[in-house]
Amino acid sequence: MNDPLHIALAGNPNSGKTTLFNHLTGARQHVGNYPGVTVDKKEGTLTHNSHQLSVVDLPGTYSLTAYSVEELVARDYLVNEQPDVVVDIVDGSNLERNLYLSCQFLELGVPLVIALNMVDVAQKRGISINTESLSKLLGVPVIPIVARTGQGVDALLDIVLAVSRESEHPPTLLRYGPDIDQALRDIVPPIEQNKLLTDTYPARWTGLKILENDEQILEKAMEEDSTLTKKLVHRSETLTHHLQSTIDAYPEAVIADHRYGFIKSILRQGVVTRTFETDRLYASDKIDKIVTNRVIGPLIMAAILFGLYSITFNYSTFLVDWLGLFFEFLSSSADAMLPDGPLKSMIISGVIDGVGGVLGFVPIIMFMFFGIAVLEDSGYLARVAFMMDRIFHFFGLHGSSVMPFIVSGGIAGGCAVPGVMATRTLRSPKERIATLLTVPFMNCGAKLPVLTLLIGAFFSAHQARYMFLATVAAWIVALLAAKFLRMTVLRGESTPFVMELPPYRFPTMRGLLIHTWERTWQYIKKAGTVILGISILLWALMTYPGLPADKMAEFDTMRQQISASQFTDNAAELLKIDGLEAEAGLRNSIAGRIGIGLESISRYAGFDWRTNIALVGGFAAKEVIVSTLGTAYSLGEVDPENTTSLRDRLAKDAHWNPVVALSVLAFIMFYAPCFVTVVAIANEAGSWKWAFFSMGFNTLFALIMSVAIYQIGTLLGLG
Amino acid sequence: MNMRHMQSGQSGTISSIDIGGKLGLRLREMGLIPGAKLTVTGRAPLHDPVKLRINGQTLTLRNNEADHIELTATEERR
Repeated sequence: MNDPLHIALAGNPNSGKTTLFNHLTGARQHVGNYPGVTVDKKEGTLTHNSHQLSVVDLPGTYSLTAYSVEELVARDYLVNEQPDVVVDIVDGSNLERNLYLSCQFLELGVPLVIALNMVDVAQKRGISINTESLSKLLGVPVIPIVARTGQGVDALLDIVLAVSRESEHPPTLLRYGPDIDQALRDIVPPIEQNKLLTDTYPARWTGLKILENDEQILEKAMEEDSTLTKKLVHRSETLTHHLQSTIDAYPEAVIADHRYGFIKSILRQGVVTRTFETDRLYASDKIDKIVTNRVIGPLIMAAILFGLYSITFNYSTFLVDWLGLFFEFLSSSADAMLPDGPLKSMIISGVIDGVGGVLGFVPIIMFMFFGIAVLEDSGYLARVAFMMDRIFHFFGLHGSSVMPFIVSGGIAGGCAVPGVMATRTLRSPKERIATLLTVPFMNCGAKLPVLTLLIGAFFSAHQARYMFLATVAAWIVALLAAKFLRMTVLRGESTPFVMELPPYRFPTMRGLLIHTWERTWQYIKKAGTVILGISILLWALMTYPGLPADKMAEFDTMRQQISASQFTDNAAELLKIDGLEAEAGLRNSIAGRIGIGLESISRYAGFDWRTNIALVGGFAAKEVIVSTLGTAYSLGEVDPENTTSLRDRLAKDAHWNPVVALSVLAFIMFYAPCFVTVVAIANEAGSWKWAFFSMGFNTLFALIMSVAIYQIGTLLGLG
Repeated sequence: MNMRHMQSGQSGTISSIDIGGKLGLRLREMGLIPGAKLTVTGRAPLHDPVKLRINGQTLTLRNNEADHIELTATEERR
């Protein structure tokens, strides 16, 4: 069999591109990333008339500028991978704007087939499109389809095969008005003569991009031939000055206007006929009248978000519990089957707990992504962004940031791992990084037992009030931190908000399941390996080097003495010895030594070595803080669900007082995210740089907060 | 009239867009071009962003982005 044909699907967001992709490839698809960026790359295969087709779903874009990652990815793919055919999905009910992108494919000279989608919707809206004359005027095949039902898809594939057999696809020459055309006549010949980037791009296209001041092309051109590029840029600047002084416009704007002019001239030649007036309210507008109403809208939104949240975290519980039981079973089997020793300890505490930690999040992630997919595919998520943008924009974020914040624990008890992964719906790069760096400040479900323990021990009179304050404090701190980041390391103009509120649609079950599964699988695959490694490392830190032989012997002698004596309650006394031994072991471990070493800094915040070790352990998962504190106070294993003994112990301890408790609380809320979150941050930000940054930044920030609380509190004599 | 001052329900035709660069291009890509007719269909709870209907689609933009758009108001919808 021949090599498969490479087909790329391109088009505007919401044009039905993904629907067509799912229809074409069904389950024969997989998701990866484009190199270096976190844009999903969806690929799939199908067979048509015994031809193998390999299809790539390019990110949906409105244009092919260098202004967004999605556009760069789409354009680089077209240029570097040179697909055999590019299928451009055009929404028939919004022809003009969709053809703006098609126009740029024509300029680039790719083998193009236009799939005119949603012709049924257009018909209903009184728009009838003459595909034959559109095809003739554009010079490329135009096939009417309905992606949702698959109508016209076979005809489309026939044409795709036919186009793939053609060899020549010369770029279409558009006119951009006298000034720009003249500038192109000046700069295109030298580009051709010097073969500047001509291996990759058509010369005229490069010229146009230089006039458009396209960063990526300018950079590439500078690299290849800086003297020539400087000359070309000089010519481009003359043009800019000229246009500025004569018509007060920028070249890229004039070029865009002429593209629209080209489109309009085509549509006017009998392509579009309006059978009736379209200025009426469609179902979507009617829904929006209520759903984005200034008073009722926010209430509905609160209800929907709260609903999603409850469903995610309540209904996934049974799966989480099942997984928990399964891993407990594995632990106990390993416990029964393996001989005592370091290997057993590593397999139970390192491997099983580590893998369990990763898989434990899977049900939550699945439910959350399913919920988000429903909101996204139905078109509601864009409305949330619309309603919340005013507040989030003030803090340098985007209306779409609200979702990650809520999921991470904006309503106490979420989880930052799916929260960080939910930032994928954000398309503004700086706002996205700022969001994923600040969502771990929220009070996730794992911090709750720790907060409950400390609040219960020291502020039991006002428990509800303190829990509520903790939630509010998390929001305030997260938003202010976002503002701070956007003013410093993530400084810069906000990404334009201009976006489409897509018509409401009923999501298809198939689309939802594909969405959910691909994201969940990505998490398991990517996070699994790293997390297993870190988990084993943390286990080693808390275990080695263990107690020296003479110390162990001391505890053994104590045990024998107790067993030998007749009068005391043996079992309880023996447990006490076990606790003391565990405490001594922990203290002597690497983590313990780190904890003791850190006392020189942490004493300014009022933490002793016991708290320090617990905080080190909390990096594995925040609820581990409770059990580690238990060991450090020689209480043995403490169940995070039942902390009465530890609570009483802390409340009585001379070292602890309300000021220390408050300082520790603040630290736990804001210090480094657990390592599962850190790995998620590295994946979503596309580099470990941001993951390390979040560990360092958050810990430093938390330390400053705690020191301030402890010092001021002590000074005021509240301790 | 500047886009910012358009009332909900008011329609107009874009007369000029006085910005280039990233934002200028984004506006044009979304179909906000001189000569295009639009209707303001509402505003977010805190009055910003604004929601408008153009070419049969609904777009939203922030007030500070709308500032760059000048229109001639046409009709008042009941």
